[in-house]
Amino acid sequence: MNKKAKSVNYAKYGYIFSIPFVVAFSLFTMYPLFRTAFMSFTDFAGVAARETGVMNILENPLENYTRLLFENELFQTSMRNTIFMWVINFIPQILLALLLTAWFTSRRTKFKGQGLFKVLFYMPNIITAGSIAFLFSTLFAHFGPVNYLLYDMLGVIPERFQFNQSALASQLIVAFIQFWMWYGYTMLILIAGVLGMNPEIFECAEIDGANGVQQFFYVTLPNLKTILLFVVVTSIVGGLTMFDVPRLFEDGGPRNATHTLSMFIFNQAFGGRFFLNRAAAASMIVFVIVAILSILVFYLLRDKDAAAIKREIRARKRSEKQLEQVRKGVQ
Amino acid sequence: MVGKKSIGSVIFKVIGYALLVTLGIMSLYPFIVMFMNATRSMEEIRQSALPFWFSDNLGGNWAFLRASEARGAFNAFTGFRNSLIVSSSTTFFALYFSCLTAFALTAYEWRLREPFFAFILAVMMMPGMVGTVGFVEMVWSLGMTNNFIPLVLPAIAAPAVVFFMRQYLRATFTPDIINSARIDGAGEFRIFNQIVLPMMKPAIATQAIFIFVGSWNALFMPSILLNRAELFTMPMMVQTLTGNLYAQELGAIYLGLAMTVLPLFIFYFALSRYIIAGVQLGGVKE
Repeated sequence: MNKKAKSVNYAKYGYIFSIPFVVAFSLFTMYPLFRTAFMSFTDFAGVAARETGVMNILENPLENYTRLLFENELFQTSMRNTIFMWVINFIPQILLALLLTAWFTSRRTKFKGQGLFKVLFYMPNIITAGSIAFLFSTLFAHFGPVNYLLYDMLGVIPERFQFNQSALASQLIVAFIQFWMWYGYTMLILIAGVLGMNPEIFECAEIDGANGVQQFFYVTLPNLKTILLFVVVTSIVGGLTMFDVPRLFEDGGPRNATHTLSMFIFNQAFGGRFFLNRAAAASMIVFVIVAILSILVFYLLRDKDAAAIKREIRARKRSEKQLEQVRKGVQ
Repeated sequence: MVGKKSIGSVIFKVIGYALLVTLGIMSLYPFIVMFMNATRSMEEIRQSALPFWFSDNLGGNWAFLRASEARGAFNAFTGFRNSLIVSSSTTFFALYFSCLTAFALTAYEWRLREPFFAFILAVMMMPGMVGTVGFVEMVWSLGMTNNFIPLVLPAIAAPAVVFFMRQYLRATFTPDIINSARIDGAGEFRIFNQIVLPMMKPAIATQAIFIFVGSWNALFMPSILLNRAELFTMPMMVQTLTGNLYAQELGAIYLGLAMTVLPLFIFYFALSRYIIAGVQLGGVKE
């Protein structure tokens, strides 16, 4: 009793200490989000509107959306590029990360120097993405090291390749930079997930005679589901908002081949002509896509056993309630 | 049987190490090229862009960079100073207020505690970019462009950091710690500052690294809100390099890049042990 009285006494501090977070979140995240949503239904565009801040809801409030989705070629291209570059970077990234995880956590084959390899693989992630993108654009330049290696030294190409003029090559390089920057991170998260598992399940598998490969596919992978979910969702969010690398690699070129959704939003809103309503609508579309994909991934990777148990519990409770009611009725 | 198995595992190990070493070189080599080319002249780079060792034109490249600074473009020191101001204040605000929020979520029992935590979990996944247009419009109407404040203050509400801090505090915090302080007459705010914050040092250290690096590397928001060259942050300075010196003085470009990367390079290798441990603990992605 005494204890309870005390906790009631102090409860107000829970509210007081949460105030800074709540205020800052409302001001800097919630309000701007609602403001963006509102703007996406208005005619808020142009230098004059930016100066006065005056905006009116459009006759057809969804006009900005329909224009973007069905008429704006740059938006459609940006969407395609973003998805394409995310997919071709994420699939090899997750496969390599899984392979390295299997090796680094293998109970049979111990690789030496794991600490050093982890440090090296994660390093590109910590270096400013913009610097890396620009570094790669110099590496792939006309007189850059890659052309030097392929043309001058090895002679495997007939002339210096214009990487910055080829749409596909530029997209592949951007995807490669993303892959190269993130596989180390993904690997570290997955390794942490495996090390967090109960070692007994691996011992059991060993006793049952499972070899390394079987252990990985039948024990490690199913238990890694939640971590995989986390990796996929964060990668989707990061991938759809890809900005620094494509911007500093070729500034979206050649011919918009590496133009991404966040570059679209940036350029429309702040590129000089202030199409703020259009950028706001594009932001909301990105928001909805992220939400849908996250929910979808959650659903696909959900713990089916846990869900089944939950359903069972709920069903039992319901039948108990019904039983209770029946009993009451009898009485 | 035993012999066959060992041959198989030897082959496996050879392939394994070959891949690991290749990936290791892949991580490091672009930076080696950059550092070496930073010391080479335009002619040397044109003749062979793949360097084998350092050269002696560091001074020449440096002079070229200084000359372009005079034209108001790239300035590594200004960029460094601005990034340092923005990143350290961001880190301070994010850490202090996230610890405070985590403390509120752990130490006290209040009715909205669970809903509040569920809310924090829900918004953790939200991409920060989606509210940008509204945020910038707000900053415009307040006349706060070309000011570091709108870059720093939003850090007070960092859901992912709150989540991490709460996980840490839940594992280490016991009511006894604050009860004895209460008996001694300490106020709740003082208890947080003098007892709880020092207790959270390990968690603060790992998070500090990630918040600092994330803020140091940010390009999107600073390049919207800052347009005066003397306020440019480091990544924005890199951007001025692309337009200004392009294709003319490759050595100077490499040197400029090297100067933006070097601080993080040193920082990373000095703290790599904590960084790797931190990633595995929290999994914080920018």
